[in-house]
Amino acid sequence: MTVQGWILIAVFVGILLALTKPMGVWLHALFEGRRTPLHLVLGPVERGFYKLSGIDPAAEQGWRKYAVHMLIFNTVLLLFTYAILRLQGVLPFNPLGFPGLSQHLAFNTAISFTTNTNWQSYSGESTMSNLSQMMALTIHNFMSAATGIALAFALFRGFARRSSATIGNFWADMTRVTLYLLLPISVVYAVFLIANGVPQTLAGSVDVTTLEGVKQTLALGPVASQEAIKMIGTNGGGFFNANSAHPFENPNALTNLVQMLSIFVVGFGLTWCFGKAVGNTRQGWAILAAMLILFLAGTTIAYSQEAIGNPVLHHLGIAGGNMEGKEVRFGIAASSLFAVVTTDASCGAVNAMHDSFTALGGLIPLFNIQLGEVVVGGVGAGIYGFLLFAILAVFVAGLMVGRTPEYVGKKIEGREVKLAVLAIAILPLVILGFAAISSVVAPGLAGPLNKGPHGFSEILYAFTSAVGNNGSAFAGLTANTPYYDAMLGIAMWLGRFFVIVPMLAVAGSLAAKKYVPETAGSFPTTGGLWVGLLVGTILILGGLTFLPSLALGPIADHLAMIGGHLS
Amino acid sequence: MGNEITSALRPALVLTILFALLLGLAYPLALTGIGQVVFPAQANGSLLRDGNKLVGSALIGQTFASDRYFQGRPSAAGKGYDGLASSGSNLGPSAQALVDRIKPDIAKARSQGATGALPADLVTASASGLDPDISPASAQLQVARVARARGLPEAQLRALVIAATQYPLLGFLGEERVNVLALNRQLDRIGANTVK
Repeated sequence: MTVQGWILIAVFVGILLALTKPMGVWLHALFEGRRTPLHLVLGPVERGFYKLSGIDPAAEQGWRKYAVHMLIFNTVLLLFTYAILRLQGVLPFNPLGFPGLSQHLAFNTAISFTTNTNWQSYSGESTMSNLSQMMALTIHNFMSAATGIALAFALFRGFARRSSATIGNFWADMTRVTLYLLLPISVVYAVFLIANGVPQTLAGSVDVTTLEGVKQTLALGPVASQEAIKMIGTNGGGFFNANSAHPFENPNALTNLVQMLSIFVVGFGLTWCFGKAVGNTRQGWAILAAMLILFLAGTTIAYSQEAIGNPVLHHLGIAGGNMEGKEVRFGIAASSLFAVVTTDASCGAVNAMHDSFTALGGLIPLFNIQLGEVVVGGVGAGIYGFLLFAILAVFVAGLMVGRTPEYVGKKIEGREVKLAVLAIAILPLVILGFAAISSVVAPGLAGPLNKGPHGFSEILYAFTSAVGNNGSAFAGLTANTPYYDAMLGIAMWLGRFFVIVPMLAVAGSLAAKKYVPETAGSFPTTGGLWVGLLVGTILILGGLTFLPSLALGPIADHLAMIGGHLS
Repeated sequence: MGNEITSALRPALVLTILFALLLGLAYPLALTGIGQVVFPAQANGSLLRDGNKLVGSALIGQTFASDRYFQGRPSAAGKGYDGLASSGSNLGPSAQALVDRIKPDIAKARSQGATGALPADLVTASASGLDPDISPASAQLQVARVARARGLPEAQLRALVIAATQYPLLGFLGEERVNVLALNRQLDRIGANTVK
């Protein structure tokens, strides 16, 4: 590890902390449906959209209606994308003449982008037409992110409202977040990326003749517009196969820093927005503190392991850290940091190949996703996931002191705890279940590139990434097969909507409750004790479940690596 | 429930179309317009020209097999630096295949006079397979070979490498690196000015 590397990490955290409140204030305005300066320009668009689609933005919805409307909208989007992907061969903006996708790949990809996972069983530059990239995929980058933030708003209202039957209007939340947050940031961001060398053209490719006289064809396309929303919406689906490691997606260290910041910035802001919504911003800072502890712990381990490097290569006479699967312009520090950020959030963009990380360096991204991606997390999904853990944490505290637990002025009772457990249990159930099946059936075993424990890690990572809606991969796994496309598609759907529906039920249940004022006997949810309890709850509930599987994968791999047992 | 579903259909269908037009068409096309007008060089791939001939992109590495050129990192993109097939090797840290791939590269470096521990980037595959850069140490290791092949003094090439080295922005953003294509174009310019 170097001083330069730690300065990068410190600057990264410092900038985010400075942006937390401004972003939170902006989000809170959208949460309350207040007017922003952008309404001057985009207000007519918003009103026009409501008018044409017959939406009354002021019509409040109960949690069931909110959930059904969200599900229907996402299903329509899913079918829309599936159709474009299947038909891309006969649609315009297809300069390289790619055919339509196979049924299983289109199924997998449509679910992947609908669920904000952006798992990619395909290689972008050799599969997707420009129309597919723009119309089928970019639109989901906006809509799935906006859906996530809308859902977080719904849960915030559950905590903030008193004796209320409703939790907001899905259409209004989703439209406002898209128009007043995601779209304007993406426009500015994309211009910044173009200025730094990210292509933005409708041409499909360009031929050059190298200095040695060989023809090299470079894939091009409307990259910057997709890249911007891919990061700010924590989607992570790259234009190219190599994602943010590709020099055309992430040309230099400055774009790399901005990409990492943009993965986290909305999530940081949402913690502040939550505090403001429930009337005490310290509640938000306490959540952020717990997230930062887990983030810094993960960063320290991953960075140190990658900096130490691979003893197998040291024996061959190679110096220093692990550079297999990393780019020179980013080096060890920025690659390790990116890996932690992208898996703490449910982004899944990568600027280095996680599959080639050292065994323990690669364990951290895997474990981060298994914790439920609640360390900042995906936009919206991170904070609503985190609040489910908070409900369990106050429940545990309540058991210890023998009082009915309360959180931000709401009594937490049996119904909320059961629903929270239901939402959280889907992760280990599907990850471990599907990974176990795939480790014994033939089409599952055909997937891994690497042999031995690392091969198992590839399978485990795939299902972890799918259920966690992350989208990063131990990319050696050959995933574009009918078996994996189908299994991972189902896993992504379960991991997204089987968390969301119980979570919205919690929101509805909380909204209906009366406000309970804080008393001397209330467990304080702002101080250091609470932060420690949160971290402990997440590590024990989220993490312990997965330890046996980690022992079979990355830990066995680590022992093989330091012992020189190659496979 | 039935009522909730039917009441959602119109907004779901209409908003899908409206957002598809706004986000899937207007947004990327407007950005394409801005990019092509304001930053045409970058928006089209930062292409490098020699007269009328396109010789590469400033951002993308290319294969150099000849001893007369500095060489980039091993590439897992297609058959090497394939601009249509970006990819890392995805080999795990304890993979036999990784060691099997690296050993010949080490032997090659040693045969060209490299001593001591080798810089890690020289023999490891990049994440994209299109990495345009190598570390200054990896470039210096190749100076003797290139100087011999070109009949140029080593000192001149060492100076060339130092001049081509890019440093971290603000002292902490990024790593010290040498763009291999840019370095080799410099090299060709020297070659053109010296009598063989």
